[in-house]
Amino acid sequence: MTVALVLLGGAGGAVLRYLVDHRVQRSHASAFPWGTLTVNITGSGLLGLVTAWVFVAGDPASTETVRALAGAGLCGSMTTFSTFGYDTVRLFAGKAHLHAVANVVLTVLAGFGAAGAGLVLGTALWG
Amino acid sequence: MADTHRWDVLLAVAMGGALGSLARYGLGLALPHPPGGLAVATLLGNVLGCLALGALMTALARTTDPPRLLRPFLGVGVLGGFTTFSTYVLDAVEAARLGHAGIAVVYAVGSVVASLVAVAVGMGVTHAALRRSAARRVS
Repeated sequence: MTVALVLLGGAGGAVLRYLVDHRVQRSHASAFPWGTLTVNITGSGLLGLVTAWVFVAGDPASTETVRALAGAGLCGSMTTFSTFGYDTVRLFAGKAHLHAVANVVLTVLAGFGAAGAGLVLGTALWG
Repeated sequence: MADTHRWDVLLAVAMGGALGSLARYGLGLALPHPPGGLAVATLLGNVLGCLALGALMTALARTTDPPRLLRPFLGVGVLGGFTTFSTYVLDAVEAARLGHAGIAVVYAVGSVVASLVAVAVGMGVTHAALRRSAARRVS
């Protein structure tokens, strides 16, 4: 059961990442990876919410389902470290050093900020 | 083509994402970490995924006419789904919340540094290997 939930969430998360990345990247005429940044921030905020729900509201039965489907599956797959890493190295190798550093700083700071906001919001909603 | 996406590309991304996510989930079960401890599985998965994506993208760039669905399936799907940013963030927050600030910082910074190095190594090694094999073909 858990395996099926992870597969399902993982498939949905990857498609969501692909679609959002394309949509965002098309609206920015720049080499800066806004699309990957967007999915990583959104997914981190969402996982903050999911984690808060698991902590304060989840009963053991539904917790396992939500963890597998939404946590490990959807949020895990919707966000990516490999594309973030590759984009950063590609920017650096292309002499866009400032963009490479900005990508790391923005992704990490905004990712942690979004996760924190998700945790606080979720605790306020369900706590 | 404005917002239309080919269904076969989306299917390749979905299938790859499902498989990559399951592999990441399995790695997490195989290498569990205590609450607030260093999330070895996420760290290892992210570094390996970065190494593989660096290699894949370098190989694709040097291949004439690669299979159309290879990048959506392997790059976007499998490796995108295998690596994760959200779990990395929540792992670090969890360590900090449980009073392991040192682990949180080492993990947060170490993941980024190790992953960037892994991408560069994957690119460099693949580049060198392809150049060697091309030179062999010529001589």
